[in-house]
Amino acid sequence: MATTRVATYQKMYVWELPVRLFHWVNVLCMIALIATGLLIGSPQKIFDAAEPSQQYWFGTVRFTHFAAAYIFFFNYLFRIYWGIVGNKYARLKEFIPYTREKLADFWTVLKVDILQIQVRRDLAEGHNALAGFTYFIAFVIFLFQVATGFALYSSMSGSFIPRLFVWMVPLLGGDAWVRQWHHLSMWFFIVFALVHIYLVFYHDWVEGTASTSSMISGWKFRKPNEIKRDD
Amino acid sequence: MNNEVPSIWQSMKAKGYSRREFLFFCGVAVAAAGLKSSGLAQVVDAFEKKPRPPVVWLHFQECTCCSESFIRSSHPIVSDIIFDTLSLDYTETLQAASGFQAEKARDDAMKNNMGKYILLVEGSVPTGENGVYCMIGGKTSEQILKEAAEGAAAIVAWGSCASNGCIQAARPNPTNATPIHKLIDKPVIKVPGCPPIAEVMTAIVTHVLLFEQIPELDSQGRPKEFYSRRVHDTCYRRPFYDAGLFVESWDDDAARQGYCLYKMGCKGPNTYNACSVTKWNSNLSYPIQAGHGCIGCSEAGFWDAGPFYQHLGSFPGFGIESTADTIGTTAAAVAAGGVAVHAAASVIRKRKLVLEQRAEAAASEALYEEREAAAAGKKAEEEEGGEEQ
Repeated sequence: MATTRVATYQKMYVWELPVRLFHWVNVLCMIALIATGLLIGSPQKIFDAAEPSQQYWFGTVRFTHFAAAYIFFFNYLFRIYWGIVGNKYARLKEFIPYTREKLADFWTVLKVDILQIQVRRDLAEGHNALAGFTYFIAFVIFLFQVATGFALYSSMSGSFIPRLFVWMVPLLGGDAWVRQWHHLSMWFFIVFALVHIYLVFYHDWVEGTASTSSMISGWKFRKPNEIKRDD
Repeated sequence: MNNEVPSIWQSMKAKGYSRREFLFFCGVAVAAAGLKSSGLAQVVDAFEKKPRPPVVWLHFQECTCCSESFIRSSHPIVSDIIFDTLSLDYTETLQAASGFQAEKARDDAMKNNMGKYILLVEGSVPTGENGVYCMIGGKTSEQILKEAAEGAAAIVAWGSCASNGCIQAARPNPTNATPIHKLIDKPVIKVPGCPPIAEVMTAIVTHVLLFEQIPELDSQGRPKEFYSRRVHDTCYRRPFYDAGLFVESWDDDAARQGYCLYKMGCKGPNTYNACSVTKWNSNLSYPIQAGHGCIGCSEAGFWDAGPFYQHLGSFPGFGIESTADTIGTTAAAVAAGGVAVHAAASVIRKRKLVLEQRAEAAASEALYEEREAAAAGKKAEEEEGGEEQ
């Protein structure tokens, strides 16, 4: 009879608890920031008949936005720190495909998973090189969003953190433009989330490495070497 | 020439102002410069003794609305003093001299008061085509500005034109209208607005005259005293904003109730000015109080940050009506489409791979069961053997 491949998987602890925590805190912040951000950009007519003395809902929406922004920022800083002390899958250098090996992986993933010119490839253990690079770009845009957000409120604030980003205002040509770019980059998060969630499902379906649950449990699975069986 | 420069009090007296009027002026100056009332004696002393500072007021690419605003100051005595009593040695729109005499008056004023005069600049400087778009007496405005700036004790950029280029610097800026701080190395006090508020202008001039130093400026060179707060944050309609009560159209009930104009495109939330505090026309009103949103005239590039009646601005290069949301929604729709196409393609391309994995899993399950069965069999055999023994 023909040779049948037998699935044998190795269990690997890939995402440490701090990485998983960062991920879910980030998710919650992003949901809060996008929801409140959209409301701030386009407030809805909710309590039309009320007197202003009786309510403060728009103020609360803005407060939630600012509070979530602070958590988002510190969470981000924490992730950078963990990128220095964390395990090899969490390291910052994972995000930039600068080695020949990483670059090769980058192109392979592009060919196999995105363009689907090829059907199969060896699977990466942590992030694949393309995903890592996408997260790098996301990190840059996170920072841009933090900088523009704090810059928008820097002039009215005496606090240390917003004051750090005062220089963004003249750089982008005034508050109006800072607001514009801040609003536009929000859409990056929406598009990113859409594609990111889809790709997690896609990879789990095609590869069966438990990529979806890995962000909850930390475990991923890989085939160490294929065990063949002759019947 | 004019070596014996009289003090402000001396020149006021010569023009027939009474001592009472002089003291009133000093009081207004104290208030305008933001001093305590106990500073009055100091001001009186200074205005009695110090020679009045000469002022050179230049006009370039502008509409003279700054001058118009200035002469309508709610404390006319202040502007009177500035125009009548101060040595306003050169200003195109108001000087008596003309032609060569005017140019000579300016040159003399600058030469005789080297390092002492206050330079007020109204209008932007067109540097395109070697500056031909604005020339006075055969000189380009850039030349005039640079000559005048050299010996100036303080330089004030009147209005948005001189501060940020205003309308003539809007895209595509055909004359290359340039704000003055980009052309001279000295610190410039920017007093943006189209026009700036008269009281703000007089207060800043008073401050410079009084203290002989420039007021505290923010990171963009605007006096903090008047430009450190947003129109929005000091607006009397702000409580409606926090309560989420907005005007939805110009003639709805909310507009009559005086709700916040945020959704009507009011630029108050990103405009730094004193409009909602100092107001206009002798503290009478300001645009938002009159029911119209702020257009952000004191902000750099306000003309390109429109439309005026829309909260989110349009993005250059994407059409007049397209906002960040149009671009974002399109991007999200494209991404969603891409995801759908990719998912469909994956089902076709990766099906074999997935089926292979299912076969592998089935094989491993079978192997596992075989081993289990074998182990169970072995155990049973052992147990049987045990019983036999």
